[in-house]
Amino acid sequence: MKVAVLIKQTPDTAELPKITVDEARSGEVGATMVLNPWDEFAVEEAIDLADRFSCESAAISLGRVGETDALKHALAMGVDSGLLVDEQVIGDGGEWETAEALAEAVKIADGEEGVSLVLAGKMSVDGNSGVIYAGVACKLGWDLLVNVTRIVDIVDGKLIAEQVFEGGQETVETPLPVVVSVAKEINEPRYPSFMGIRKASRAQIPVLGEDELQVGPSSTVRWEGMSKPEPERVEVRIFEGSTVEEKAEQLADALLAEKVI
Amino acid sequence: MSILVWIELNDGRVVTNCWELLAKAKELAFELETTSAALLIGDEVDEAARMALTYGADTVYAAADATLSRFRLQPYAALAEQAVERAGARAFLTNGSIRGGTLAATVACRQKAGIAANASDLRVEEGELVAVRTIYSGNIRAELRFESRLAVASVRPRSFPMPEPVGSSGAIEMLDAVLDEDEIREKVTDFRAAEVGEIGLTDAHIIVSGGRGVAADPPKGFELVGELAETLGAALGASRAAVDAGYIPYKHQVGQTGKTVGPDLYIACGISGAIQHLAGMGNSKIIVAINKDRDAPIFERAKYGIVDDLFEAVPALTAAFRKRLA
Ligand SMILES: Cc1cc2nc3c(=O)[nH]c(=O)nc-3n(C[C@H](O)[C@H](O)[C@H](O)COP(=O)(O)OP(=O)(O)OC[C@H]3O[C@@H](n4cnc5c(N)ncnc54)[C@H](O)[C@@H]3O)c2cc1C
Ligand SMILES: Nc1ncnc2c1ncn2[C@@H]1O[C@H](COP(=O)(O)O)[C@@H](O)[C@H]1O
Repeated sequence: MKVAVLIKQTPDTAELPKITVDEARSGEVGATMVLNPWDEFAVEEAIDLADRFSCESAAISLGRVGETDALKHALAMGVDSGLLVDEQVIGDGGEWETAEALAEAVKIADGEEGVSLVLAGKMSVDGNSGVIYAGVACKLGWDLLVNVTRIVDIVDGKLIAEQVFEGGQETVETPLPVVVSVAKEINEPRYPSFMGIRKASRAQIPVLGEDELQVGPSSTVRWEGMSKPEPERVEVRIFEGSTVEEKAEQLADALLAEKVI
Repeated sequence: MSILVWIELNDGRVVTNCWELLAKAKELAFELETTSAALLIGDEVDEAARMALTYGADTVYAAADATLSRFRLQPYAALAEQAVERAGARAFLTNGSIRGGTLAATVACRQKAGIAANASDLRVEEGELVAVRTIYSGNIRAELRFESRLAVASVRPRSFPMPEPVGSSGAIEMLDAVLDEDEIREKVTDFRAAEVGEIGLTDAHIIVSGGRGVAADPPKGFELVGELAETLGAALGASRAAVDAGYIPYKHQVGQTGKTVGPDLYIACGISGAIQHLAGMGNSKIIVAINKDRDAPIFERAKYGIVDDLFEAVPALTAAFRKRLA
């Protein structure tokens, strides 16, 4: 068994408000790029599962050649190997091309052991879709579990996991191979160790390009009319009063007048 | 041709945000000169199917079988695809819940269809469906047009007003459950329902949230925040700082790495208004801040505010509402 984890390099969340329409349109984003925060949980889980079940872990990311900070972060945390898929293989394709390229990369990462579990984060802080892992499961023809909060066990070729949805929590069993998108509750991501950072900085990360994998084009949506939603400048009304009760009374009246209660 | 909407069931009960979407689908169908349809999957769906007709579906495609009592992607996606075919659907829409998002993505990928995930608006322009959504965590807004035969969207809860039921003239068509239990790989071995009476954050009309401002006495602070929430029939939210400090469980977290919410009223108590918090609640209609620091960034987004100690202001506000709502 081998565990693969899908990670994306995304802008630092503190810099997201500065993203301009031009940057969004071209994808040439000036912000500091980091490992997508949701994917840290997936990386932690991959390392943890590799320990628990004595297997190997591999991180796979589709992005620009030369931009490997996220992969290096995953390696520094303790993932065994990294693999970069050159984003040029998808041309200006969208979600399903990305999913197909990642699915192909999973097959290439197979090695001798065979990847039977693919982990992913909940969503990317730039794409905000939460669809890529569904696409990867679909392209691989594997089952998919989402919002998984605990991997209870892997036994007899079956994965036993807990997943949460709006209506409650379930324990489910499904045979491998399977794609799992993890929730934040699943673990506490570790910080890279000093040794890990040193090892990662020296690591050579193989790149998969058009020679290694081809993806069929399938333009499905056109992105138009991008704009920057300006938060409505509301002038705040601060209630004054000699006592806190006076302020509270005025606020309660204002809110009742708004008819939102 | 039709606009097909998946009506999500939770433990046999309809997730009511789906009616908002169905009413919207009817509007879009009218403009596109086509019909609206609903998809219902469960072990018993009669009642919900009748309701879907009263909320405006021209046709309800329904599948009822013991194998369908809990959501499992494999059989549900197979049925959704069957319904898409039967309805000749031009669009397939789901409520943007965890399961709605997953079902939409799976159906879209299998049908090689374009998807607008977490859309916040849908409209028709020049005979084409346009979906509006944000990327970069709410910082860029984009309009999507579809180039595929089928358009798929998962739509954020509370994007459209809740309709009134109008009476029905449509028909119910049964779908065949395509899979036998032994063909379904996923097995649900245990289920625990969410706490009863708890109001979910994503579809709440009012949210009262607490942050690190409760630090002087966290249990007391959240008790006061909770009392205000209860008085207003609101859901209880929190900042990440409050969650990380262990004052309240993660499921209450609002923001970038928590839930995205869009209530009519959001009352932030002892929350500074960090970018990552605003990313989750910036779209609330009216934001109220209770904070002892007049310079806290939350006041730049708030419409109303009280600058005072929350340990005094929150109970005072609860008392003021109790008096008025009695
Ligand atoms: C990758 C990433 C993801 C993140 N995701 C999220 C997220 O999903 N959600 C989120 O909320 N944050 C998130 N954060 C954290 C965010 O940056 C802030 O640290 C956090 O929102 C601060 O929470 P707070 O406002 O409760 O605390 P603080 O910023 O410490 O603010 C506390 C406020 O309480 C006020 N106060 C103190 N005492 C009182 C009192 N007695 N009465 C009244 N007011 C008082 C203070 O004036 C202050 O304004 C994320 C950060 C990162 C880096
Ligand atoms: N370019 C990418 N490379 C690797 N994994 C990705 C990529 N994009 C998305 N993912 C994975 O899919 C998840 C959901 O992303 P998204 O659908 O963009 O919200 C992320 O948390 C990652 O685990």
